[in-house]
Amino acid sequence: MTHIIDDEILDNVCTLAQLNLSPKEREGAKAEMQKMLDFVEKLEELDTEGVEPMSHVFPLRNVFREDEVRNGDRREEMLANAPKKKDGQFQVPKTVE
Amino acid sequence: MKQYETVIGLEVHVELATRTKIFCGCSTAFGGEPNTHTCPVCAGLPGSLPVLNKKVVEFALAAGLAAHCEIHRLTKFDRKNYFYPDNPQNYQISQLYVPICHDGWLEIETGAGKKKIRIHEMHMEEDAGKLIHDEWEDCSLVDYNRSGVPLIEIVSEPDMRSAEEVIAYLEKLRYTLQYLGVSDCKLQEGSMRADVNLSVREAGSRELGTRTEMKNLNSFKAISRAIEGERRRQIELLEAEKPVQQETRRWDDNKEYSYAMRSKEDAKDYRYFPDPDLPPVEISEDWIRDIRSRQPELRDEKMPRYQAEYRLSAYEAGILTDSRHLAGLFEETAKACKSPKKAANWFLGEVLRLQKEDGLDPEQVCFLPEYLAALIQSLDDGKISAQNAKLVFEKVFRENIEPLAYIEEHGLKIVEDSGALEAAVREALAANPGPFSELKGGKEKVYGFFVGQVMQRMKGKANPAGVRQMLEKIVKES
Repeated sequence: MTHIIDDEILDNVCTLAQLNLSPKEREGAKAEMQKMLDFVEKLEELDTEGVEPMSHVFPLRNVFREDEVRNGDRREEMLANAPKKKDGQFQVPKTVE
Repeated sequence: MKQYETVIGLEVHVELATRTKIFCGCSTAFGGEPNTHTCPVCAGLPGSLPVLNKKVVEFALAAGLAAHCEIHRLTKFDRKNYFYPDNPQNYQISQLYVPICHDGWLEIETGAGKKKIRIHEMHMEEDAGKLIHDEWEDCSLVDYNRSGVPLIEIVSEPDMRSAEEVIAYLEKLRYTLQYLGVSDCKLQEGSMRADVNLSVREAGSRELGTRTEMKNLNSFKAISRAIEGERRRQIELLEAEKPVQQETRRWDDNKEYSYAMRSKEDAKDYRYFPDPDLPPVEISEDWIRDIRSRQPELRDEKMPRYQAEYRLSAYEAGILTDSRHLAGLFEETAKACKSPKKAANWFLGEVLRLQKEDGLDPEQVCFLPEYLAALIQSLDDGKISAQNAKLVFEKVFRENIEPLAYIEEHGLKIVEDSGALEAAVREALAANPGPFSELKGGKEKVYGFFVGQVMQRMKGKANPAGVRQMLEKIVKES
C-alpha cells in the first residue's frame, strides 16, 4: 500500500511542528517527505516477524547518577545567550494557555 | 429526573523528594531565585546529555511496590513533543510505552466499607518550568528552576464514584508516599497535583459516558467542589439532550465554575518516541527485594498496632499517625518513659497545641523525645506539678532545653518541706474566712478553691494531692 503525502497530511505536520511554509517550500517538503515514506515502505518489505523492536542502538543499561547536588548557581551564564531577559528570567512573547 | 452515576479516574502528579533533578545535578530546593538552579541539561540546551538520577527509580519502585503494582523489568523513557516555553527542549521526557509500574491497587474506606481503587500505571517524568505573565511589558517570563524536577504520575482506573471516594483515595496515596519518604505531597505548594477525569452515565448503564478532564485543582476542597460542579454541568447537558464534549477544562475555585481549555478536535498529537539519550533501565529481582525490605511500617499497619499494643482508641491512633515524623517521636517518647498512654496524651494535647500555635509543619517539630520522657517521669514521681510540667515542656518544645536541669535551676521542683506547705495553707485559710467557714461546715466543693489558693502561694511548686491532704488535716484540727 502506497502512502501519499497530500496537502491534508502536510497541513497537520505543519500545525504540529508549528511551521509556516510558503507555497514553494510546501512543494519541496512534500517531495522530501514522500521520499522518506517511500524508503520506510521499502523497509517494510522485510520480514520482521518475531524481531524485538529496537529503541536503542548501544547495548547500554542502567546509566545512573547519584542524587548529589553538583551544580551551583550559573544563572548569568545560562542567561547569556537569551535574546531577551528580565529579572533573571528568560523573556518570551506572551504565552497563555 | 433520571438517576445518574458519576465515574471518576485520577491522574496524580507527585514531586519526588530527591535532592537533585531527574537528569542533572541541579538542586530541587524550593524557592530559589529564578534560574539559579539551572544548567544546560534542564534548560534544554542543544548537545547536553541527561543522566538518570538513581534515587528517582528507587522512589518510583517504592511507591509502586507499596501500591501493589507489577514492575516492568525493562523500562524506558520516551519523548513527548509539544511547544510551550515552560518546556525548553520542546519535548518532555516521560514514559509512555513501558512505564516502570503498572496494574496495582490501593484500598480506601468508604461509607459502604472497604473498596479497592485500581492503579493503571505509574511512570517517571520531568516537571516543566514556571511561566509568569508580565502585565507591564505584555510578555511572559520563564524560570527553569522547576524544569527537570522528578515527578511520578500515578494513573488510576475509573473506579471512583463520588468526591468522598476521590478524597479518600488521595489521602491514602498521600499517607503512603509521605510514609515512604517519596514525596511531601503538599497540594498547596504543588508537590501533589490531581487532574480529575469525570463522566456521568445513567445508573445501571455499563457503558462509560464521554469524559472531561479538569486541571488546576490545588486543595481537597477545590477537588470536591470541582467534582460536584462538573457532575452537575454534565447532567444538565444530558437532561437537555446535548452531548458532553470530550475536552480539558480548567477549574476556577473562586467562581466555582470550570471552563473549556481545549477540545478533542485540537487535542494534541504528542508524537511520542523512545528517547535515544537515555539507555533503558533494567530492574533486577535483587533490587526489588532490597527496596521492599526497606519499606517502613506504613500508616495502615501502624494505626492498628497502636490500638493493640498501646491500648489507644482508633481516633487517638489516627491523630498520632497523621505524620510519620511525629509518630516516630511519639514512639521514642513512649519507649523512653515506658508509658505509651501518658506519652500519647502529651502528644495529643501539648505537642499538637504548640505545633499549631507556632505554625509548624509536623516535620519541623524537633524536640528530643527523651526530654519529654524525663518530664513525664518527673510528673509521675510527684516532683513537679502538672501546670509547671506544661511550662517546662514549652521550653523543651521550642528550645530543646534539658528539663531536669531547668526544673532545678528555676526552682520549679515541688517543695517537700511540709512546714512551708502548712504555712501556705494556714495563710490561705486566714485570708478567706468566708470560704473557710463553709469548708468547716462540710462543703466539699470549696476544697478546690483552696487548693488553687495554696498552689498560687506556693508558685505551683506543690503537689495538689499533698495540698488537699494538708488542708483536710488543718480543717479537721480547727
